[in-house]
Amino acid sequence: MVALPYFWLVMFFVVPFLIVLKISFSDVDLAIPPYKPLLDWVGKNSLAIRLNFNNYAFLFTDSLYLNALANSIKVAFISTLWCLAIGYPMAYGIARARPATRSILLLLVILPFWTSLLLRVYAWIGLLKANGVINNILIWLGVIHEPLTLLYTPLAMYIGIVYSYLPFMILPLYANLEKMDWQLLEAAEDLGCRPYQAFLKITLPLSRNGMLAGSMLVFIPAVGEFVIPALLGGPNALMIGRVLWDEFFSNRAWPVASAVAILLLIILVPFMMWYQSVQARESAGAR
Amino acid sequence: MNQRRSYFVITCIAFGFAFLYIPILSMVVFSFNASKLVTVWDTVNSPSLKWYSALLQDDEILDAAWVSLKVAVINASGSVILGTLAGFGLSRFTQFRGRFTFNAMTTAPLVMPEVITGLSLLLLFVAMEQLIGWPAGRGITTMTIGHMTFSMAYVTVVVQSRLATFDSSLEEAAMDLGARPLKVFFVITLPIIFPAILSGWLLAFTLSWDDLVISSFTSGPGSSTLPMVVFSKVRLGVSPEINVLATLTIGAVTLMIVGVSLWMARANRSGKIAA
Repeated sequence: MVALPYFWLVMFFVVPFLIVLKISFSDVDLAIPPYKPLLDWVGKNSLAIRLNFNNYAFLFTDSLYLNALANSIKVAFISTLWCLAIGYPMAYGIARARPATRSILLLLVILPFWTSLLLRVYAWIGLLKANGVINNILIWLGVIHEPLTLLYTPLAMYIGIVYSYLPFMILPLYANLEKMDWQLLEAAEDLGCRPYQAFLKITLPLSRNGMLAGSMLVFIPAVGEFVIPALLGGPNALMIGRVLWDEFFSNRAWPVASAVAILLLIILVPFMMWYQSVQARESAGAR
Repeated sequence: MNQRRSYFVITCIAFGFAFLYIPILSMVVFSFNASKLVTVWDTVNSPSLKWYSALLQDDEILDAAWVSLKVAVINASGSVILGTLAGFGLSRFTQFRGRFTFNAMTTAPLVMPEVITGLSLLLLFVAMEQLIGWPAGRGITTMTIGHMTFSMAYVTVVVQSRLATFDSSLEEAAMDLGARPLKVFFVITLPIIFPAILSGWLLAFTLSWDDLVISSFTSGPGSSTLPMVVFSKVRLGVSPEINVLATLTIGAVTLMIVGVSLWMARANRSGKIAA
């Protein structure tokens, strides 16, 4: 029964990574495809393996790559905190709403998630640009006289990432808070806890898995994000996903792009494993 | 509950939803703007449907939409089959060799940055073409395979969570009464998990319809999808046609989601009465 999906995932998910690993050790070549083979028949009976570590050495000598990587992690981390700060009260409010209101609010969170990410990011260009909606309103109100530079700034990129990934934070948090036994809060208040103490001592610790799951769902893909920095971040927004894209599409440096992918993967795999263990704990708790 | 905190929560919810919806509503409003300067409202000629008719005559967008539609339908159907099998396997067989790996393989595509998945799939297709001559070139087939690989992960999660709350005594009863496993699956299990399969199909369709990064890596010449065309237009700045496209997308998604949830609410209610 699982043989078919198992085979599919091995073939199209696991094997490709092995190929990326292989090509990250190849030489660049002016050919199609633009890399040299790893294995070479030298003479008649000897096979030579040529592992080229230059691509990796290159990543560590040119400061572009490590800066991009550090910047991506920083941007993803700050965006995750913002998603948590905005998403937690929303998930909490939805979980405590009356059942009829709850399903409508939940629907309103899911709806943007089903609408194209590209179009929703595009909407922010219209809001943030020099003669865009926000500047026009501020000028009309007399708050400012010259339009502010909002688009193509780090701020625009943060807004775009938080905006796009917010539903990924709210949904797991909601799923967690929904299972909460609210009588615990009442008991704590009966015993003399102030509401905020009860929240800090009961709700927050009990929703730990939900916060972790939501944070992983935001952080991991945000590190490798390409579309949002490319559209909102301007030319200086150095993100590793964008570097990988440019190496591949503009420079046709497939081995370097592969090395970037492997480096990124090495950093992200521990987080993915963490996410999986959080998920396992969460579903074990549900039973 | 303390009144003050609940005001705090309500304010947060209001701001949160304003944040989520103002960009979407601005696209809808400005899609009726007659001006070419997208965000500067032309008070004389607006509202107008000018850009709606422009979109319907834009061959580049229409061709790309057709490619996207084909990929999305094949992808959704394939992912539903693979994802249902995977979800069923994971929730029914709690002990089999390689279950841990299998579980990891089905959750990893959910969080894997798309640039990595896209790059790795392209390199696989190039290597396969060198080795066995298939797939010859890249296009709809390779894009569909790429989309199925990450869409099936979502279908797996949806089906698995439905099966987790499923009363397996119904299946056992059917087997006690002499039904063969395959018959049990088609007569008992499938109808019960059908809503999950339907939402999985719709989710897979949407994921594929919206995907830019994996499509860009795995597509070939002449097979641009709608997001690829939109991306190249948007990179050059705002375009009134894209507002129209966004409005139509939002309208279709809203109709679909509201329709499906009403239908499911009704199915749930009648299911509860029958039980």
